[in-house]
Amino acid sequence: MNKASSLAVATALALSTMPALAQKTASQGIDEYRAMLQDGNPADLFEAKGEDLWKKARGPKNASLEKCDLGKGPGVFKGAFVELPKYFADTQRVQDLESRLVTCMETLQGFNAAEISKTAFGHGEMANVTSLATWIAAESKGQRFNLSQAHSQEKTFYEVGKRLFFQRGGSHDFSCASCHGEEGKRIRLQDLPMLTKNPGDGVGFAAWPAYRVSNGQMWSMQLRLNDCYRQQRFPYPGFGSDATIALSTYLGVNAKGAASVAPAIKR
Amino acid sequence: MNKKTQLALASLAATLLVAGCASSPSVVEFNALTDKIVKASFRDQSHVKVERITATDETNRLCSEADVAGKPLDEKTAKRIEEANLKAIKWPSDGKFIGDWKEGEKIAQSGRGLTWTDKADDTNGGNCYNCHKIDQKEISYGTIGPSLYNYGKIRGVSNPNDPASKAIVEYTWGKIWNAKAYNACSNMPRAGHTGILNETQVRHIVGLLLDPKSPVNQ
Repeated sequence: MNKASSLAVATALALSTMPALAQKTASQGIDEYRAMLQDGNPADLFEAKGEDLWKKARGPKNASLEKCDLGKGPGVFKGAFVELPKYFADTQRVQDLESRLVTCMETLQGFNAAEISKTAFGHGEMANVTSLATWIAAESKGQRFNLSQAHSQEKTFYEVGKRLFFQRGGSHDFSCASCHGEEGKRIRLQDLPMLTKNPGDGVGFAAWPAYRVSNGQMWSMQLRLNDCYRQQRFPYPGFGSDATIALSTYLGVNAKGAASVAPAIKR
Repeated sequence: MNKKTQLALASLAATLLVAGCASSPSVVEFNALTDKIVKASFRDQSHVKVERITATDETNRLCSEADVAGKPLDEKTAKRIEEANLKAIKWPSDGKFIGDWKEGEKIAQSGRGLTWTDKADDTNGGNCYNCHKIDQKEISYGTIGPSLYNYGKIRGVSNPNDPASKAIVEYTWGKIWNAKAYNACSNMPRAGHTGILNETQVRHIVGLLLDPKSPVNQ
């Protein structure tokens, strides 16, 4: 609460001082604004909510998520984030953090996974999935991405994800690579990470979930990809769909060695 | 739904492994798998239909495959794609190439249109500043495409209606209408060809780039 309001003040300050900064280059001003944002990250609030949701008995089965297996055994959450997506034997699918959380909410708590997946971002149980993902991600802060490619389906998903990354289409012929295929490019003033290799610590795949200051929303990786596809003028990717998970596998494997800063704060 | 697809994929992959006697599925098989996943994963939203990506043309398909392989298209294929796109260019119906640069600037600034959150009848923008420097007063420009500042001046266009400027005027129209006519796998959208901008809008953009009075050429 305090953090959020001090952030609002910082934002207002940043905006009000922007014209005065005109002598500096625009990008210097923007860098300063970004530095100010680092003072407080409202993602903390979502983290706290996520931790609470993990431990609380909820749902038709009135159970917690404390036995949820995120890939490192039931109940192990530290270090899980930097190894996802991965193949899960019980569901016989490759899953990312969010789709795996939904599986646990169904099997342990009795929620309807299909219903949650259909819910809009920021609403109902979907908002809870985002908070959970934010907390789980935060529990791996500083750890380095290290996705498994041992299972044949993990390899297959990497190959499919690579094809999705380079898939040109829609009204504008855009692929992910149109913006993220070269080093040092920007859209307007926004720097674009090159995502065909490790883009560096805390960049790209290693930054989401992130709190978006511009709209005051907590964005998960699923929402990040969803909005990329929207701006790409593509049709709507289903939440937890194989396309989003394959693409995440491609990005996650490429990010091998990158230290996670998630949850990050973005403009 | 997802589970079923993935199970199907697993068994498909297994079959492919046995049938192919190879250590992993082939390029063709991965491509087929990707198509299948795309169909199962994307849905229509508002006016944005799945056909936008499932019914994509040969230009996009071949360029995507070349990108995945990490090799540019062979020269012959690239030429063939460029010729097909060149043939598809619609030239100005009244022979007028140069529109109002002030309108062109507005279109270049606008990134509106054709996403599922835009209204179907919104006027589309050109998204030009997202990737190009154009008027140097606009500092918020992208760098995916080359700078277009002084575009006409650099090319020696002092009077776009002079026959000496004809080639560059036509090229500029053609490039905006269908960028793939000149570079098969260009990153640039085909603004006229795919219906992002209409003839009048393209004319205004050409004006923005080539009118000697446009801020681009100051």
